[in-house]
Amino acid sequence: MAIDCLVLGAGQEIGKSCVVVTINGKKIMFDCGMHMGCDDHNRYPDFSILSNSGDFDSTISCVIITHFHMDHVGALPYFTEVCGYNGPVYMSYPTKALSPLMLEDYRRIMVDRRGEEELFTSAHIASCMNKVIPLDLKQTIQVDEDLQIRAYYAGHVLGAVMVYAKVGDAAIVYTGDYNMTTDRHLGAAKIDRLQLDLLISESTYATTTRGSKYPREREFLQAVHKCVAGGGKALIPSFALGRAQELCMLLDDYWERMNIKVPIYFSSGLTIQANMYYKMLISWTSQNVKEKHVTHNPFDFKNVKDFDRSLIHAPGPCVLFATPGMLCAGFSLEVFKHWAPSPLNLVALPGYSVAGTVGHKLMSGKPTTVDLYNGTKVDVRCKIHQVAFSPHTDAKGIMDLTKFLSPKNIVLVHGEKPSMMSLKDKITSELDIPCFVPANGETVSVASTTFVKANASDMFLKICSNPNFRFSNSSTQLRVTDQRTADGVLVIEKSKKAKMVHQDEVSEVLHEKDHVVSLAYCCPVKVKGESDDVGLIKQLSEKISETVSCADEIHESETCLQVGSFKGSLCLKEECVHRRGISSSCSEVKFLCCNWSVADLELGWGIINAMKQNL
Amino acid sequence: MELTCLSKGDGFHYPPCHMLNLSGFRILIDCPLDLLALTIFSPLPCDVGIEAYGQNDQNPIEKKQKLERQMTPDDLVSAEPWYKTIKTLHLWEASLIDIVLISNPMGLLGLPFLTQNPRFCAKIYMTEATAKIGQLMMEDLVSMHMEFRRLHGPEDSSFPWWTKNLDGEEVPSVLKNIVFGENGNDLGSWMRLYSLDDVKSCMKKVQDVKFSEEVCYNGTLIIKALSSGLDIGDCNWLINGPNGSLSYVSDSIFVSHHSKNFDFHGLKGTDVMIYSGFSCLQSAEITDSDCISTISENNDERLAASLLDNEESLGELEKLAFVCSCAAESADAGGSTLITITRVGIVLQLLELLSNSIESSSLKVPIFVISSVAEELLAYANTIPEWLCEQRQEKLISGEPSFDHLKFIKDKKIHLFPAVHSPNLITSWQEPCMVFAPHWSLRLGPSVQLLQRWRGDPKSLLVLEDGISSGLGLLPFRPIAMKILQCSFLSGIRLQKFPTLLSLLKPKILLVPDVVNQRINLSTVKTKSILSYSENKMLSVGRIAENADVEIMAELATKLSWKKLRQRENFGIARLKGDFVMENGKQRLVSGLDQEGSSGKTRSLRHWGTVAPETLLDALMKMSVIGSIEHRRGENGAEGKSIIYITNPSGGMIETSEMGTAIITDDETVASKIFQAIDGILDGI
Repeated sequence: MAIDCLVLGAGQEIGKSCVVVTINGKKIMFDCGMHMGCDDHNRYPDFSILSNSGDFDSTISCVIITHFHMDHVGALPYFTEVCGYNGPVYMSYPTKALSPLMLEDYRRIMVDRRGEEELFTSAHIASCMNKVIPLDLKQTIQVDEDLQIRAYYAGHVLGAVMVYAKVGDAAIVYTGDYNMTTDRHLGAAKIDRLQLDLLISESTYATTTRGSKYPREREFLQAVHKCVAGGGKALIPSFALGRAQELCMLLDDYWERMNIKVPIYFSSGLTIQANMYYKMLISWTSQNVKEKHVTHNPFDFKNVKDFDRSLIHAPGPCVLFATPGMLCAGFSLEVFKHWAPSPLNLVALPGYSVAGTVGHKLMSGKPTTVDLYNGTKVDVRCKIHQVAFSPHTDAKGIMDLTKFLSPKNIVLVHGEKPSMMSLKDKITSELDIPCFVPANGETVSVASTTFVKANASDMFLKICSNPNFRFSNSSTQLRVTDQRTADGVLVIEKSKKAKMVHQDEVSEVLHEKDHVVSLAYCCPVKVKGESDDVGLIKQLSEKISETVSCADEIHESETCLQVGSFKGSLCLKEECVHRRGISSSCSEVKFLCCNWSVADLELGWGIINAMKQNL
Repeated sequence: MELTCLSKGDGFHYPPCHMLNLSGFRILIDCPLDLLALTIFSPLPCDVGIEAYGQNDQNPIEKKQKLERQMTPDDLVSAEPWYKTIKTLHLWEASLIDIVLISNPMGLLGLPFLTQNPRFCAKIYMTEATAKIGQLMMEDLVSMHMEFRRLHGPEDSSFPWWTKNLDGEEVPSVLKNIVFGENGNDLGSWMRLYSLDDVKSCMKKVQDVKFSEEVCYNGTLIIKALSSGLDIGDCNWLINGPNGSLSYVSDSIFVSHHSKNFDFHGLKGTDVMIYSGFSCLQSAEITDSDCISTISENNDERLAASLLDNEESLGELEKLAFVCSCAAESADAGGSTLITITRVGIVLQLLELLSNSIESSSLKVPIFVISSVAEELLAYANTIPEWLCEQRQEKLISGEPSFDHLKFIKDKKIHLFPAVHSPNLITSWQEPCMVFAPHWSLRLGPSVQLLQRWRGDPKSLLVLEDGISSGLGLLPFRPIAMKILQCSFLSGIRLQKFPTLLSLLKPKILLVPDVVNQRINLSTVKTKSILSYSENKMLSVGRIAENADVEIMAELATKLSWKKLRQRENFGIARLKGDFVMENGKQRLVSGLDQEGSSGKTRSLRHWGTVAPETLLDALMKMSVIGSIEHRRGENGAEGKSIIYITNPSGGMIETSEMGTAIITDDETVASKIFQAIDGILDGI
């Protein structure tokens, strides 16, 4: 059986994440995002690859959304309401609560301010969200008889999850976006050590390795502080949820400590409402926040006020969080237009800006003028600060996760091609795991684990669970190893389930009678000196342990000795049928009557030869 | 599998306790305390005081009189309370318990007694919500107990000295029964309360889980908690192991207005189902045949729908509304209301209903919640949408808090205080008022003081948990002029619904308490076998699954060299060598380090069938080994055998019979040739 991983979006790029994985015939769509930098049909993943007829219900078993960012959930209302997918959609509780806000915010910006035609309506968002089944962390959900999914904490934003999916014996993990270090309000990604055939990981920072983020947090705070101290206005364009709360926590805390009275604004009631959600979803935040929330909920910001449009031109310093991020449209762009020309002001850009947005233009180089989307130009004299801490994992984090999970294969998505390629080389060379970097529309196929099922007999299981200790004296220490191997016989009968039995049981299963094949020989041995029978056996056993290499344990008892299945006892008969050639007349010769089974064929001959030498 | 019911428990606050032996692991399910037994103690401040104990030298006539008269508050034990644990649990060696499963906060209250034991080393599982709420309840219990100690003075005796005074004839039998048990051997179950440190160290050992999270114990057992709907975070358990699946179903509620509903779909089709819903017995429901008729329904969906009818849950809402209206009535008349109910879900609902009804009416009465953990518990309740019923989850989606108390606390309509003597309480205190105060046993906590304050006021109302007023509960407060409202909220599966649930879950083997089996006719339920268990008797259940499954890694399976059998064409056999591992509850054979692939010698070690000497001789001839046959008849019915004397290339002989063949020679090459010939005739592996 194979696993096919079809990348519909975020293949060798960032934006419109969408990966469709087929495991043992079940198709699962991970994320359904839109591309923020595209205005044309490329904005959405190309769903037509999945089904020409447009019947997605029968092709796709379920859709799983990892977190509420637009590039992960943006195309969902389009897919369910316009394309007509009606199957189950899973997302975490916070994602289910917060996605509608993000979608509605974005829809409003796109339609109201940029005057684009509506691709989906508010009603679409509402009815789409009604189809969503909420997931709790680690809750194991049986989507149908074969498909099992489970979410793990990913850290990236509130409610971000990594998803484990299993069909039969084949299992994969899709990471979504994740963060391997604890940040101000969220914990680090946490996952069990799973046996995986495939890991699909994001790779936004495939080549960057970051140190501690405290210096960079300080840089950000100092930049903002310097700006407001100089009477300037600081604009922080960000999406309603996620970075806004993290940075605001940072600023609010700093404002308290430094006793700064400059107002911090949120651009619309929306973000204040979002804080309400954060307060309720405290169990999804970091351990630190969780412990403190009874006495002080860190999302109760003390210095934050609502922003009014009239305040854009009001004198005096302020800090403003405005949506959307990346300065791609809407209110933040409008404010930017007014504030950018003053050198007193500051624009702090958190996170990644998708190519094609004003945010991206500001970050790549130091432009003095910027073209806005409608053709107007704006002089940029204000300071630009890039917030250099990010809720994405760095290259070390990706390597650590890969090492920890040790999947059989890895697919990288959600990154920039050149750095993904170098990470791929690193993974292949350092971890020796096959790594793939498919482009949009490409499919990667990997083999999947399967187990053959059989019934096991009690005797077999019992023998399997018996410890098989080996003692070896290496130099000074006694080493004990448990070399337990399951040795059995697999029996298949037409149209019946295979059966795993112990070799002693085979004939019974086959309704046959055992036929023991053994070897026997009455071996002459020479008596040295005046030793009695017991002494002779001692001599022989010493001889055997010296010369026969695999004779580990020799059991002696009076006139017998035993090694494995090899048994020898002094023969007192005058004429033994097992004797060959030599007669018993010679007084110095005694006979050891031996027999052994075919299992110890070599051992038996080894002993016989050793005793013959003695003669 | 073996099951021992250590205690049947008694209602919501005293869940049952079981010891289970599964796949060689010993599992303890729940570890509760019998807190109703606290009622034998006298609450403080005690009107009579310690002097009451100087009564030992009464004359016999007085003693006799005392036997016949009604019990008075003086009969209660005036001492620092001790706590009654599960008696028979002490008989088990703590170090031999492998797993502890805690289904609800009540089942956690006795656990610190067990974890105090330095030899205790079991893995403890419970849901996150149970752990949090349970810890708060234990902390509250400890703090109320400390309060008692402060007033009463500490007693550091490690022996329950107060029991000495209870031996006498004059002691009422109700008291004796609680202290010594019906058989007189309960004395060992009384323990001094644990400390806050004990609680902390107990909770450190806990592994908390989410609903439907699969945790794997020792690679062998997969344990899963599924919502029981009884209260927030309460659960039933599903255990999957190599020898089959087992479900443990305790008191559950199908439709809840606070917690996530009873998740019964996840419990379908287990090999063994242990049912331990004892609370269904408390109601005097008549279980006639009409409930059985519903079982004829075979459609699972319709069965589920009949279980989920909201008649029950509406009834619960009516009860809550009734409590509210009674409280409002007393407030109208100028009386206060004392609510001693501590079931978290019920308290949260009542708080919400009461404050909303006050808000919408002209009444201006404050609500007080007095408990050392009130603030934390109420804050916590609004951060756990995942554990709540669907209507409350919807509130999260629309951005509202799960429970309404938040805004009332902000508006100072609900006041939270850690204790009666909290500094700000007196400034905001105002009567009439409505007060939520623990403890429901009326022996500890702020409820005692408040009850003593209001007991003479006929306008005031006391809202009690079920079962308190019938026992010793109200004795020290008598005579009471207060109105008393005793609430019995739904705390388990109704007996009538049980057969319907069974026909939906279809367990192969069902274990029910004998008391339930006597009450209801389960003969129509289509289950392979129904076994009933009783308290403190071990019940053994034979093997569950016919054959244990083993999974063979595909890579290993493809390397096998198959042998066709000459005699039986339908069979194929192959030797398999691998590493036997136990992972995720599955027995697996994976490729080991020393792979004996096809390259190795494929000599057969086991043979079956018989060797015809003539055929063997022919085969030997082809390998240029020459010999002659001699047949020997068996004597006295013994088996006959044939002997082939080998003459060329060297001497030797072969003895062959039905049982086996022996090759007798000292020539290795001849021997291996003979063996080859035999291998060619017989089937072997």
